[in-house]
Amino acid sequence: MSSSSAFNEEKGGSSSVGEPEYGHDPASGGIFSSDYKRHDDLKEMLDSNKDSLKLEAMKRIVAMIARGKNASDLFPAVVKNVACKNIEVKKLVYVYLVRYAEEQQDLALLSISTFQRGLKDPNQLIRASALRVLSSIRVTIIVPIMMLAIKEAASDMSPYVRKTAAHAIPKLYSLDPEQKDQLIEVIEKLLADKTTLVAGSVVMAFEEVCPERIDLIHKNYRKLCNLLIDVEEWGQVVIINMLTRYARTQFLNPNINESLLEEGGGADKTFYGSDEDEDEDEEEKEKKAEAAAMAKRKPYVMDPDHRLLLRNTKPLLQSRNAAVVMAVAQLYFHLAPKAEVGVIAKALVRLLRSHSEVQYVVLQNVATMTIKRRGMFEPYLKSFYIRSTDPTQIKILKLEVLTNLANETNISTILREFQTYIKSMDKDFVAATIQAIGRCATNIGEVRDTCLNGLVQLLSNRDELVVAESVVVIKKLLQMQPEKHSDIIKHMAKLTDNIQVPMARASILWLIGEYCEHVPKIAPDVLRKMAKSFTNEEDIVKLQILNLAAKLYLTNSKQTKLLTQYVLNLAKYDQNYDIRDRARFIRQLIVPTEKSGALSKYAKKLFLALKPAPVLESPFKDRDHFQLGSLSHLLNAKAGGYQELPDWPESAPDPSVRNVEVPEWTKCSSREKRKEKKVEKPFYSDSEGESGPTESADSESDSASGSESGSEGSGSASESEESGGVSVSEEEEEEEEEEKKTKKRELKKAVQESESEQSSEEEDRKHERKMKQQKSDSESESDEEEESESESSQSESDDSESEAEVRKKKKAAESKPPSKPAKRETTKEKKEMSLLDLDDFEPAPSPQVTPVNNLFSNSLVTDLEGLSLSEAVLLPATITPSSALKSYELLHRITGEGLSVEYCFSRQPFSPDANMVAVQMQFTNSSASDTKSLHMEDVKLQSGMRVKEFPEIELLPAGETATAVMGIDFCDSTQAANFQLCTHTRKFFVSIQPPVGELMRPVFLTENEFKKEQGQLMGMNEITEKLTLDAKCRNEHAIVQRVTTAANLSRVPCGSDKECRFAGRTVTSGSLVLVTVATREEGAAQLTINCEKMVIGTMLVKDILLALTQ
Amino acid sequence: MINSLFLISHSGDIFLEKHWKSVISRSVCDYFLEAKEKAGDPENVAPVLQTPHHYLISIYRGKLFFLSVTQTEVPPLFVIEFLHRVADTFQDYFGDCSEVVIKENTVTVYELLEEMLDNGFPLATESNVLKEMIRPPTILRSVVNTLTGGSNVGGTLPTGQLSNVPWRRAGVKYTNNEAYFDVIEEIDAILDKSGTTVFAEIQGVVEACVKLTGMPDLTLSFMNPRLLDDVSFHPCVRFKRWESERVLSFIPPDGNFRLMSYHVSSQNLVAIPVYVKQNISFLETGSCGRLDITIGPKQTMGKSVENLTVTIPMPKSVLSVNLTATQGTYTFDLTTKVVLWDVGKLNPQKLPNLRGSISIQTGSPKPEENPSINIGLQIQQLAISAGLKVSRLDMYGEKYKPFKGVKYVTKAGKFQVRT
Repeated sequence: MSSSSAFNEEKGGSSSVGEPEYGHDPASGGIFSSDYKRHDDLKEMLDSNKDSLKLEAMKRIVAMIARGKNASDLFPAVVKNVACKNIEVKKLVYVYLVRYAEEQQDLALLSISTFQRGLKDPNQLIRASALRVLSSIRVTIIVPIMMLAIKEAASDMSPYVRKTAAHAIPKLYSLDPEQKDQLIEVIEKLLADKTTLVAGSVVMAFEEVCPERIDLIHKNYRKLCNLLIDVEEWGQVVIINMLTRYARTQFLNPNINESLLEEGGGADKTFYGSDEDEDEDEEEKEKKAEAAAMAKRKPYVMDPDHRLLLRNTKPLLQSRNAAVVMAVAQLYFHLAPKAEVGVIAKALVRLLRSHSEVQYVVLQNVATMTIKRRGMFEPYLKSFYIRSTDPTQIKILKLEVLTNLANETNISTILREFQTYIKSMDKDFVAATIQAIGRCATNIGEVRDTCLNGLVQLLSNRDELVVAESVVVIKKLLQMQPEKHSDIIKHMAKLTDNIQVPMARASILWLIGEYCEHVPKIAPDVLRKMAKSFTNEEDIVKLQILNLAAKLYLTNSKQTKLLTQYVLNLAKYDQNYDIRDRARFIRQLIVPTEKSGALSKYAKKLFLALKPAPVLESPFKDRDHFQLGSLSHLLNAKAGGYQELPDWPESAPDPSVRNVEVPEWTKCSSREKRKEKKVEKPFYSDSEGESGPTESADSESDSASGSESGSEGSGSASESEESGGVSVSEEEEEEEEEEKKTKKRELKKAVQESESEQSSEEEDRKHERKMKQQKSDSESESDEEEESESESSQSESDDSESEAEVRKKKKAAESKPPSKPAKRETTKEKKEMSLLDLDDFEPAPSPQVTPVNNLFSNSLVTDLEGLSLSEAVLLPATITPSSALKSYELLHRITGEGLSVEYCFSRQPFSPDANMVAVQMQFTNSSASDTKSLHMEDVKLQSGMRVKEFPEIELLPAGETATAVMGIDFCDSTQAANFQLCTHTRKFFVSIQPPVGELMRPVFLTENEFKKEQGQLMGMNEITEKLTLDAKCRNEHAIVQRVTTAANLSRVPCGSDKECRFAGRTVTSGSLVLVTVATREEGAAQLTINCEKMVIGTMLVKDILLALTQ
Repeated sequence: MINSLFLISHSGDIFLEKHWKSVISRSVCDYFLEAKEKAGDPENVAPVLQTPHHYLISIYRGKLFFLSVTQTEVPPLFVIEFLHRVADTFQDYFGDCSEVVIKENTVTVYELLEEMLDNGFPLATESNVLKEMIRPPTILRSVVNTLTGGSNVGGTLPTGQLSNVPWRRAGVKYTNNEAYFDVIEEIDAILDKSGTTVFAEIQGVVEACVKLTGMPDLTLSFMNPRLLDDVSFHPCVRFKRWESERVLSFIPPDGNFRLMSYHVSSQNLVAIPVYVKQNISFLETGSCGRLDITIGPKQTMGKSVENLTVTIPMPKSVLSVNLTATQGTYTFDLTTKVVLWDVGKLNPQKLPNLRGSISIQTGSPKPEENPSINIGLQIQQLAISAGLKVSRLDMYGEKYKPFKGVKYVTKAGKFQVRT
């Protein structure tokens, strides 16, 4: 962009942004006010109390962002308003925050707590929007907070919040890919969600985070199919694309028999070994027979789930959204039996009425489809006719489709159409048309001559480009049967006088050279003319002149010997080395000398070998290995993140993986409706195969249960899910499907059998039998069976239920990964005697239950250590804890011109102000001269921070050292405090940034207090990390030492020797910080931090983790 | 999915940018601007471009380019469809989708974009939901006489997103309850030189304007639904009922929307309402040509043809035209070389005629092709497919009696005469 346009933009911006009532405002002064000044003004407005001023300022800032101007220096002023009451101001602040958070990470953290509060709001929309903004802030340090928020939101009551959680997953993943495993757990959970609102978003997250985990889909496959029609349109696209890939891995190719019969090549060839050299026909026959035999042997039966997918996507072809239609079309193209693919043509043709961009994409895909399945689009041939008003790229694509559709029956209409196209004003399009004619001619033998004649007529066209293109195409066509067309070659020879387009000239020369025997009289004459103009020709033409000369020399050396010599000599001194090389090569080859010998004998064979005619094929051939409708397909290159469409499996994977286990409560409720008295069966017996998995593919009637999705989507989904269960699939299943019809007769028998068996059997054996039976059970049977069962086993029912209950509990307990094992361990230990087992819920233990003296007796040594630490806090002296305090450099000797300054956090309470952190500074004067009046100036702080300066040091003699203490109130943030350090001569800019561990002071808590406080800081306020302890840090003492070094905390006495607890409060706000390190076998440990201030918590986790692992 | 969006003016000025993920420098647009330079005509810019690190997917609407940047695989139609939806939303909000209007409403535009995508994935694209969150600008509102006051962000939270009919907001109230349906049919046709039909089909849409209180449930049935060959619906239409009973059953969105679009099966012969007698010729010698066009009614079913326009894109070598029209006025655009003849109403007694001479740049050869003629027309109170009629509209769920109206219009779609 030129500067003038930038200027315009500037002006336009200010006039458009400033609304009339603020016209007098100097801020909108436009050109004259500098950026700096304007921002100052905006800051003022943001600081004001009036919402209207704030709003106006925010509007201008957002307008600046929209125009791509940098507004990052306003960050502090804007962020302050994050909690503004006015909803529009708030929204605009969010917009700003999300845009700049990445650049101003530290400041962005200030806003986090607002969102954290929002996450707990009773209103679902506020919760959702808080999560949305929080997850959009791209600041790595809040990853754990985001993770927690997502986890919590994923089990929110409101589906809208869950949807937002799904949206947040890819955001977090892109911020920190290491969270993948945890995120997959959340995705898995959300995939099981039954609401349409969530489905699209979670599949989107799945596609971005773990598209390879196809196993997560199994259990949700049927549900997704059934929900599909009610999902919002964008979600539909994503789900359909994902299901296409899924289906390719799980089902058999429905066209397997046809592809064997028809294509006969490609993949199957490898099947039958490589006997391609055999007679084609014979092979073909053989193959057909084989395929037919195979077809008889193993008839293809479509998996009912495959059918379900096709059936449920079909109505979406009627969507108004082109992307949905395209998604369904590609699904059908890749998955449907050949006979059914046709339905998509009509819908795709409809899309051609849409915007030109839509047309462009659709035509690309249609072009690929027409190569594979021509018949599908033939009825719509005329819809691809070209209008003169179409954009060129659309014209060319339509041409491509028309060419692909051409066959013996419609070629005459197509050619007539082409005829009109040739007259178009759009020359690129004309050239493409000529090529299309050439392709039609090669593909359809009957019209070759007609096409050729037509093209020859074009040779007299006025437009040179048209002629040139025709020459090139004619050349290709003539190669197929040159002997018939010597007159055309003659005609073309004459054209050399007129045509200037190099490619065309080269083509003519090549033709004459190649077929010089057909035009013996003309050819030498052409060479003569060319020799004359040789030096002025383009390179490709020169090469062809050489070629022509060589060929003529070999066939007609008498007439052309001298001419050839002349041309070769010219070429010898050409500027282009290719041409010089070619000349040298040709001379050696065709002019016999003593040296050349052997090769020149074969010169004629070399030059005049029979050359195969070129194959004119569509650029869209073989593009269908890309999933249609994808970006990769469009570009014909793999785009980043593209998931390959897998090949069909040779044998179908186990279909039972899609069966769904039904949670007991659903079952209960749904069954109770049907039969009130029925006794609940143990939860893993699922014999009532109500719908799908074992039904045969083509029975449309019994698919009703699945297809009623429309209005009662979720209902039917859950119903059909019931049918699932832990069915064990066996290979006989397919056979059994076939036998299905005969089964009904056997039905009664089976029931009787089951009844008699039942009465005598024990519970366990029953399960076994049922599992077996399940495969062959049809609905009615199972119902009856259950009824009978319930009667017969009435007496046992109570027992069995409770048993099931217990078993389930056990199973649940086993399967649940111990998320907080350390704690659970302790609680269990303590409560061993109590009969209640409160697993999931851990209240603070009441003091009565755990007597205090028990705790203290446990480990005296550690307690003492803890005491000594807390003592140190009380003492005013400068005793340092066991490890030396880490000191940091404030000013290096060299930059300070002899003055070096170091500081450390002395961990002493700062007496003038308890909210300040004491920073002890050590000044060393290593220069030759004295330093006078050492003091600090110009303190620059983030809002809220305060500094208590150290008293001025009047004199620091050379070689001497002095210490001073200053206090800084960091406001519980790790923002740096910037100030200038002044001597009598110089000023140095320095800054002090505290490690998070120094922002707290130790407090003494008893174990009970600790637990109580911890109990109140659960959920969002708790951060847990697993770690492996450093080899040197396996004992308790080392852990305590490292933790206390990393953070200013005090030890809390603890009853268990496997746990170390620490407590502290943040200096400014006094928020509690509780740290627990629980050690396990072999150095494994778990670190838990509970802190009201999550930012502090997360940063502290990192620091302590680092301290313990290194 | 969608990383960033840039709005670029016809002249190549990037005047708005929005990022949903990390910021992408606007220099990425240079690839696009280069392609635009090369293509010349903005219609010819490829909608999908590949650059070393990004993929650019763009649409051209209202003399503006909507350029979206993505970094990974995404169905191109997904993005294109979304971009058009964005443009539709602007149209809906500001009455126009042009550079001026967008610049005037930068903040609203920005807020809209913020709501429409979350992390590059569409969040709220339904106009009703958006309008609940962000109210259309003040000027329009004062016209509609609905609200007064400063902020254009809705004070209430958008509950529409939560409802299972997201296209309709709750608590709609009107004093006059009305439901209007426009059945608009367009004839797409290509006629050849002699006037024979090369290709013709009818595409129709049912546009609705529904202003009804509460949550009405409407059922619209047609006289001859079998005529409809291929249909696509607004998401509100219950597809099952259409499949089984061939009636449109739906809870309508509030305001204007497209209820359905359809295609009339090609078995039916398409009536061509007008014929065109034309003679455009360029002389071999001397740089000039002749033009003579007459238009007459053909199959109009007794209705009059209105808003008749004729557009002729001339070859680039044409310098000027000197024509006389017996009816209406004509203009010749010197840069695009397009002759536009605005005829108006077709009078069967006195057929409109346009004739005169065309002058061509001296020295340039005679144009190879004769230009094609594009016809625009409108016939009120007629559905050209001759049979599609709305038979009745029933309302359930509400007690009042709405005012109902159906209008039929036939238009020329892509109606082209080759010469």
